[in-house]
Amino acid sequence: MTDAKNEILRVEGLKKYFGSSGAVLHAVDDVNFSINEGATLGVVGESGCGKSTMGRTILRLHEPTEGKVFFKGENIVDYDKKQMKALRKEMQIIFQDPFASLNPRMSISETIIEPLIIQGVYDKKDKAGLQKRVRELMDLVGLAERLINTYPHELDGGRRQRIGIARALALNPKFIVCDEPVSALDVSIQAQILNLMQDLQDELGLTYMFITHDLSVVKHFANDIAVMYLGQLVEKAPAELLFKNPLHPYTKALLSAIPVPDPDYKMERILLQGEITSPINPEPGCRFAKRCPLATAECSGQDLVLREVEPEHFVTCRLVQ
Amino acid sequence: MKELLKVKDLVIHYQTDDGLVEALNGVSLSIGEGETLGLVGETGAGKTTLAKGIMRLIPNPPGKIKEGEIFYDGKDLLALGDIEMQDIRGGHISMIFQDPMTSLNPVMTVGDQIMEVIQKHNNISKQEAYQKAGEMLELVGIVKERANDYPHQFSGGMKQRVIIAIALACNPKLLIADEPTTALDVTIQAQVLEMINRLKKKLNTSMLLITHDLGVVAQNCDHVAIIYAGEIVEYGDLQQVFKNTQHPYTEGLFGSIPSLAANVKRLQPVEGLMPDPTDLPEGCKFHTRCKYVQDICKKNVPPLIDIGEGHLVRCVRCQKQ
Ligand SMILES: Nc1ncnc2c1ncn2[C@@H]1O[C@H](COP(=O)(O)OP(=O)(O)O)[C@@H](O)[C@H]1O
Ligand SMILES: Nc1ncnc2c1ncn2[C@@H]1O[C@H](COP(=O)(O)OP(=O)(O)O)[C@@H](O)[C@H]1O
Ligand SMILES: [Mg+2]
Ligand SMILES: [Mg+2]
Repeated sequence: MTDAKNEILRVEGLKKYFGSSGAVLHAVDDVNFSINEGATLGVVGESGCGKSTMGRTILRLHEPTEGKVFFKGENIVDYDKKQMKALRKEMQIIFQDPFASLNPRMSISETIIEPLIIQGVYDKKDKAGLQKRVRELMDLVGLAERLINTYPHELDGGRRQRIGIARALALNPKFIVCDEPVSALDVSIQAQILNLMQDLQDELGLTYMFITHDLSVVKHFANDIAVMYLGQLVEKAPAELLFKNPLHPYTKALLSAIPVPDPDYKMERILLQGEITSPINPEPGCRFAKRCPLATAECSGQDLVLREVEPEHFVTCRLVQ
Repeated sequence: MKELLKVKDLVIHYQTDDGLVEALNGVSLSIGEGETLGLVGETGAGKTTLAKGIMRLIPNPPGKIKEGEIFYDGKDLLALGDIEMQDIRGGHISMIFQDPMTSLNPVMTVGDQIMEVIQKHNNISKQEAYQKAGEMLELVGIVKERANDYPHQFSGGMKQRVIIAIALACNPKLLIADEPTTALDVTIQAQVLEMINRLKKKLNTSMLLITHDLGVVAQNCDHVAIIYAGEIVEYGDLQQVFKNTQHPYTEGLFGSIPSLAANVKRLQPVEGLMPDPTDLPEGCKFHTRCKYVQDICKKNVPPLIDIGEGHLVRCVRCQKQ
């Protein structure tokens, strides 16, 4: 089990539903987990399974429908506006599409300065102090100083993502939700950014929740991996263990579908029938049952929770002993 | 194996306000009957330009095929008139475009869209075409009753299968697939690739598969060409390129992908960025990022040489051996 002393974030019974009366979309539906300080939790799952919504709800960029989020031991769902503003310094987010998440009319320096002023870390008039901090941050994320007055459209995707990271780091946060931060980038640029994020974590002791649909990226990057399916976590384990001994039929199918870059490796794909089903008004029971090659009638009817089936290895599937 | 497509020294440039974009700079390749050639490279390398060049779909202006030859089944495509070329497109060579979601007509049922292609290239009645459209849908795993649905009624993976059904409706002999699964989740990607491969086998179709995913290449292709700044830098069968990697750029691509098998602490990507195609460096186009760079690389463009059994490499280090 996680060492409670080191725990920086704990999520209990977190739900985020969209819509009301009639069609309710269960984007996040009763999620429980914790992350230790300085660690990385990888969150994987297919598009639409609720990864981004979960990340945003944890940061209260969405108001949770139900549940608790403990950050350093305090339930931040109860925080008022003022407390939340102070907390923003400690919890940040990096988005997938650096282009869409940056203001096109703001230069690099203006982009990085903005949170520093909003949070009152620097006075607007303290030009020298702000410039110094901007240069520090640009240096930290590997942006050349000469780019300080350029605009997002003048830069390539990798550099734009570096701005997003610099902006997220401006306030010295402890915890960062990384929402598909490298998915839009070419592989060599992706690797450059992953290396940067790893260095920053070591240097600054950051804790990451790393959301991605790319399983090889999380295996490389995360300590623990949580597999999400239609708003719920269906399996969670240390990264190595999850790849060595996947237990949930969905995790197995997901792993078997990754094309391995080795021509001698013969893949044995577990092909899933049908498409991911709708998260609107889901019936109780295993949400994967409709696509599951092993499902029986008993899989429906009753909601499932994560059970620890071997040390640190949690799974919902009732067929796993 | 009989040669179906042969491209020789193809040069395609775009004249833009920002200067002359040297997108494709002398590419030669050949694809045999029933063979799949993977084309791998990062954004801006010229992959789509090559594909559109073969289809003779380069917008002019700003684009122009400056030099080179394209032979399909012995026919010189660049010498064909527009009408003959239209007959080749769709009837003999089909292309799946990079942005699949924009290549379906939103106000036309998917059945009508498949029929349109069939009727254009075959002299058959509407009823026969309708029946064939239904068969094509079933072939890609969609029940034929859904022929009367509109694109927005399908999920992303299903839309992509509809596009494949359209591309294959006239039993083309060559399929050019430009990143056909990049936007899809891995489980859906596995389904789509499995299906393409099944149809390919059944119809003995050749394929040019454009991708940036070396895993997809390893699992689906016979040969692979690595393209950088509009030039092929390495070409060979899978064993040659994957197991006896020679070009520093190919090496960098492999170093960029997190491995599922090994536990690599740090990725080894190519540093830096692809050069601006309006301002390509002298000599070897990769020399600005190459860790083995020598003086000669800055002056002379290395030729693509055969280092044995058809394994082609464009690097001065291989010349010496
Ligand atoms: N603001 C919103 N309003 C209504 N539905 C939403 C909203 N945001 C996300 N959803 C829905 O919630 C589900 C989860 O979406 P998302 O969290 O974006 O998934 P992921 O990040 O895993 O792709 C999807 O069905 C999506 O359509
Ligand atoms: N219609 C166009 N006009 C001007 N430049 C173009 C056009 N299409 C492509 N290019 C340029 O040609 C180069 C190669 O592009 P492309 O063939 O799309 O590469 P890839 O498919 O490998 O990403 C890029 O620099 C791109 O900006
Ligand atoms: Mg998302
Ligand atoms: Mg392209």
